[in-house]
Amino acid sequence: MFARLPPEAGDAVTLSIDGKACTARTNDTVAAALLASGLDHCRTTGVSGAPRAPYCMMGVCFDCLVTIDGIGNRQACLVPVREGMRVEVQRGKRELGR
Amino acid sequence: MPDTRRDFDIAVIGGGLVGSAIAWGLARCGKRVGVLDEGDVALRASRGNFALVWVQSKGLGLPPYSAWTMRSANAWREFADALEQQTGISVAFERPGGFNLSLSEREWEARRDLLQRIQDQPGMQRFPFEMFDRERVKQAIPQIGPEVVGASYSRFDGHCNSLRLFRALNVGMQQLGATYLAEHRVEDIEHTGGEFRLTTRSGEVRAAKVVLAAGIDSVRLAPMVGLNVPVRPQRGQLIVTERTAPFLHYPMQTVRQTDEGTIMIGDSQEEVGADPSSTRDVTAVLANRAIRIFPQLATLNIVRSWGCLRVMTKDGFPIYEQSTTCPGAFNASCHSGVTLAAAHALFLAPQIAEGQLSPQDFAPFSARRFDVRALAA
Repeated sequence: MFARLPPEAGDAVTLSIDGKACTARTNDTVAAALLASGLDHCRTTGVSGAPRAPYCMMGVCFDCLVTIDGIGNRQACLVPVREGMRVEVQRGKRELGR
Repeated sequence: MPDTRRDFDIAVIGGGLVGSAIAWGLARCGKRVGVLDEGDVALRASRGNFALVWVQSKGLGLPPYSAWTMRSANAWREFADALEQQTGISVAFERPGGFNLSLSEREWEARRDLLQRIQDQPGMQRFPFEMFDRERVKQAIPQIGPEVVGASYSRFDGHCNSLRLFRALNVGMQQLGATYLAEHRVEDIEHTGGEFRLTTRSGEVRAAKVVLAAGIDSVRLAPMVGLNVPVRPQRGQLIVTERTAPFLHYPMQTVRQTDEGTIMIGDSQEEVGADPSSTRDVTAVLANRAIRIFPQLATLNIVRSWGCLRVMTKDGFPIYEQSTTCPGAFNASCHSGVTLAAAHALFLAPQIAEGQLSPQDFAPFSARRFDVRALAA
């Protein structure tokens, strides 16, 4: 769905998305990496369970909430990728203590 | 000039939870009801509600208030079902019993003594409560922190989704023919020729009866219909977190998980006049106490904090009264608009519709109790 425009800036960074290795670039946000990976949603909503994907990409809409390194409800568009980062699709509400 | 006048059987002044519950109840009695609401600048007590249907600690000093509260709580299931049946909106009422957690032995003992004193009053319609030690609390709510020493528990307490309650009342009253009028701040009330003429910012409204349910603003409106409503604003601050998976299945007075997963944290009692702002010193205390009760809350993001003004009398009890000099003018002032919503809709409204408040139900709630000289005479 999304493709990177050349030239690709930055170095390759490896993170995992739901346990699957995925390559992003330094300076990517987690949301950009999720979209580039071809995922069609990054969470399901807490009330109705509807699928959601990154939308505003600027910290406003809260639709890109994911679990990053074990912490839920993080705004993927505001977090830069890091080598070894564990990103998980968040299903429903965040769990207490996670 | 266009004729903007409107006529109703009953004009309810105030479109918050109290006014809406009464208006829905009146509409169910077949009355033509107009709800005159202020604009978005109104100091709305309803914004500060904690959505509790709360019984256990109410009524020290006035046993009839405890009885009125219990009567409402007992009617809440019927009330919620009637709203859902009519409007299709579920208000998520549940009554699993409520906890009040203690963070020290002293708090626990003070709580026990308070609840016992309430039950020991002459004229009290007694009901059981239980004092749990830490282990019993932990069985019910495993997430409690190490500082929790115990709790009071009453099976009569419950809670609801108050946003949907408000929505259901608003939809419901209009389905029954009531008219909701926004931007209708009442400037003047004239009682003439057996009817009430209300001057509002959006034109005149006439009605055979009028109900003051205007919260703090009833202080201003009451003398226009020969009533006295000595209430003051009392600030309460609240915090709400992001949604989290359900873990807290019991309502509590200061921490509550809503049916949709957010955690509400309250509540302060501040005498600061008509200032509804939120302050960091108070919200910090509220958040700190909540974390001592449930340490894992510390990981949650706060979505919003806000302040709101309760409608408070000197003794903390409601005022319900019909004017003697302007018959047909009624007042309803209280702070527990969610708990009492069922009683307002099912018991108070029908009596207003009939034109008479029964002394047995409402004499204890007259504002005359504040007139010390009159009592001494």
